Parts: sequence; C-alpha cells; structure tokens
Amino acid sequence: MKPILEIKNVTYIYSAGTPFEHKALDDVSFAVSRGEFIGIIGHTGSGKSTLMQQLNGLLKPTSGTVLLDGQDIWADKKLTRQARFRVGLVFQYPEYQLFEETVYKDIAFGPKNMGLDEQEIDRRVREAAGFVGLTDQQLEVSPFDLSGGQKRRVAIAGVIAMEPEVLILDEPTAGLDPVGRAEILGNIEQYRKAKNATVMMVSHSMEDVARLTDRLLVMNGARLAMDAAPAEIFTHAEQLVEMGLNIPQVTQVFLHLRKMGLDVPNVYTIDQAVKALKGFGGGANIC
Amino acid sequence: MLKDITLGQYFPGNSPIHRLDPRTKLIMLVVYIVALFMAGSWISYGVMLVFLVAVVKISTIPPKSIIRGMKPLVMILVFTGVLNLFFTQDGRVLVEFGIFTVTTGGLKRAVFMVARILMLIAGTFLLTYTTSPISLTDGLESLMNPLKKIGVPVHELSMMMCIALRFIPILIEETDKIMSAQKARGADFENGSLMERAKALIPVLVPLFISAFRRADELATAMECRCYQGGEGRTKMKLLHYHRNDMTAFCLGAGVIALVGVLSAFGL
Repeated sequence: MKPILEIKNVTYIYSAGTPFEHKALDDVSFAVSRGEFIGIIGHTGSGKSTLMQQLNGLLKPTSGTVLLDGQDIWADKKLTRQARFRVGLVFQYPEYQLFEETVYKDIAFGPKNMGLDEQEIDRRVREAAGFVGLTDQQLEVSPFDLSGGQKRRVAIAGVIAMEPEVLILDEPTAGLDPVGRAEILGNIEQYRKAKNATVMMVSHSMEDVARLTDRLLVMNGARLAMDAAPAEIFTHAEQLVEMGLNIPQVTQVFLHLRKMGLDVPNVYTIDQAVKALKGFGGGANIC
Repeated sequence: MLKDITLGQYFPGNSPIHRLDPRTKLIMLVVYIVALFMAGSWISYGVMLVFLVAVVKISTIPPKSIIRGMKPLVMILVFTGVLNLFFTQDGRVLVEFGIFTVTTGGLKRAVFMVARILMLIAGTFLLTYTTSPISLTDGLESLMNPLKKIGVPVHELSMMMCIALRFIPILIEETDKIMSAQKARGADFENGSLMERAKALIPVLVPLFISAFRRADELATAMECRCYQGGEGRTKMKLLHYHRNDMTAFCLGAGVIALVGVLSAFGL
C-alpha cells in the first residue's frame, strides 16, 4: 500500500549558530499508511514533539524531506498550507489554545480557515462535536465555562473538524482522570474507524499504546530507535528501561513469572493475560 | 519572528564580565552612558568604541546576537539619522537638492547620534546578556538600599522586576506554542493586509492573556505557600562581594570617563 505520509532522513537543529544550538532530530525516516494507529513513545526531550511538528509543516527540517501522498510539503507554499489541514496536529494541553466566545465558533476556526462554505462548516462542527461527545447545548456556551476534560474535547474537536487524513496527538490524556482518559481514547479510535484516518499518538502510558496501537515508534536521543509492533517492542524490556521507558505492568508480571520457571507466553494487554492464564494448566492450580 | 526578541535574555558563560559583581556592572553602565553623552568628537567616540569592542570581546558574547537584538530599532535609527542630517545647518554645504541641504555639520551630527544610540543599546544588551536576572535584581536592590530610609519599597520593586524579567522568555515560549497550535488549525500570520494580520492575532492574544493571568495566580500561591512576606527580615543565600576584578573594572571605567571628559574639555 502506498504510504500517506513519509519522512526521509529528517534532521532538525534548534537555534543553529547560537550557544543554544541543539539537535532535536537526527536522520529520522519512516512511512505510515492509511488507517494505521501508531504510538510514539520516548523519554522527555527525545524529539517526539519536534517530530510531530515536522509532519504537518510547522517546522521545516534542517535537512531531509517530508512527503504527503508522495509530494514534498515544502515544495511550494500552497502544499505546506494543505499539509496543515490534511495532517491535523493536537498539541499537549490543547485546551490552552481556546479563544472564541462559544464552543461552536472555536471548533469552526479550522474549517473556516480552510475556506469552506457555511453549510459545510456547520456539518463538520456538528460531526466533530459528535465524535468527542459534546451536546448541542454545549456548543453554545463559552469554552471557558467548561470543565478541564470538556475543554480538552473541544480543542480536539477543533482539529477533527478539519477532517485530517492523519491525526497526530501529543499526550491527549495528560492530566485527565481515568474515566476522561478512556473516553478521549475511545473518541480518537472512533474517528479513525469512521474516516479510515491514520492516527499517531504520543503517550507515556505503555498500557494505552499496547492496547490501542498496531505499531510503535520509539524515539531515543533524537533518533528513531525502534519501529515495530508493540508485541515485538515489549520483548526488548531491558533496552526500553535503558532509554528511560518501561513496559506495561502486566508484561512485567509475566516476565517475572517466566523467570520463576512458569511456562507463560509474552503478553502486553490485560485481555491477553486473562486468556493466557485461563489456558494455563486448566486454571485450577493458579488460584 | 519571535526569535528576534532578545531583550532581557541571559547568555550563560564564565567570562570575567560574567563574573563581575552585578553592582559593578550597573554602575559601569551608568558611567558608560554618561561618558557616551559627554563624547562629542571623532576621537572620543573612537575611545568609547574601542572600550565597547574590548568589553564585548572579553565577554565572549557573539557580536552577531548583539546586532540581531538591534533589528527592531532600525526604524528609530533611520528616523534619527535622517532628521539630524537635514535639520542641522552648519559647516560646509555638501549636497543641495530642492529645499534639502546636507552640510558637513549635519552629516557629523547624524553619524554621532546614530552611533550614540547604537552604542547605548549595545552596552545595555551587554549587561543583560552577561548578568542573570536574579543577580541583576540583587544588584539593583543593593544599590537602591539607601532609598529604603525615605520609604521606597525597594525589595518589592526589585522582586517585581525580577519576576517581570523572568517571565519574558516564558511568555515568548508560550506565544510560540499558541501560535504553532493556531497555525496547525490554519491560522495565517504572515499574509494579508495590516487589518487582517491584526485580526489574526486575536486567537493568540486571548489564550496568552488567560495563561499569563493563570501563571501569575499560580506564582502568587506558590510564593505564599513558601511563606513569602516581602523583604522584612529576609536573608540572602548569595551575598554580594566586591572582588579584585571589580576594582579593576572601576579603575578602567574611571579612566575612560576621565579620558572622554578631558577630551571634551579641550573641545576635541
């Protein structure tokens, strides 16, 4: 399948030529296809946020190319602007960027900038609001009157309303309670399925990425250290720990069981663990 | 665009200039400014320029960053230069077209004024580049201490200044973040008429103000949690001391101002 988004040998240096010079990305290459759910993990400062901003043309790579549908997004200004709409980027704590008088107007900001007509904007705003579970009454209130979790949803809806083919989110669940986290992750998954969109999500929760994604990119020291399915990645527990990362807790437990001499498979989600335990020795001698 | 704002930025380093007592640097800046206003001839400007270049050299601050900081002032410089050029009428006439005449006196004055502003700014930049905001306000507080006797809230003023300086880079970073977020939603800050561009700033300014108020509130709470109650009875972790370097700097400063003073007294 032809990749929708591809980056080739991208290097990015901040404040080149000053005492604050800092290499944030070093020769990073990968390609993503339509419909994939990709997790990006990495220690703080490993280049995740910089990487995300390369993908929709906010930062221009110092060297290397970013291809969207096979076209270099920096080839001309129009393409760069197109990339901003086709690759939706939700920053960390996106609720701090809300500014309009009503939720409706704030969600409509992106579609309006795309130059769509009134009817299409209305359709998209209502659909995006539906994806994140906002009610019609909530569309008419000021975003500043909402709770933190609801503000976050408004901000995510603001990006979803542009109907991006690739949706990138930087820690969309940071600072939310467990219920809020599960809801937002559910909303994102729902959008991906409905639009066959690619989702890339930066997360520090190994449990979340293990459960949701089909592929993981591991960033370490400005480089792409690993690129594989979660099952494969989590077999390298020691390397991950060295990078300041971790493996899901359930995987840790099972690794420990193996060390104790029990013949259990590698698992990385709770569902797999339950299945594995049920099939283990008839289930009687475990409990 | 935002990267051009270097006001109040500190370049960490360990040059002799960095290590000077902040009070020395503040006093030297005043001396430098006075000397700059006393200077009125090519020779005295030359002396000042040599002094400035020498200090920049010792400070190991890349001259590029000082020049970059002057970019926003180009309009003022051009304005000053042109006004002085055309409105000073003494000396020999150099060029004449229409109602405008350029004289040798005018040219000299224009060059001097522009040089004076440039050197003034360069000197001030040098202070903020080589002094961390905290030691700068420490120095100011210590220098203004005598004013306490006449009821000036010196500590409160310097604390406010310290916080303001500290917040400049934070707010710049915040602005950058918000601008990126709005750009990701298709906001366009670079194109369009003046009116459109001003309008495009609303999605940045509203969140920025909200965040500034929130930060101020959080900071106030954090300070109160640590029992901050103003300057009364407050001790310092880093006490300011003058060292040999500071004496050398004072002597040098006195030398320069004396030299420029003598030069201008003799009308040179």
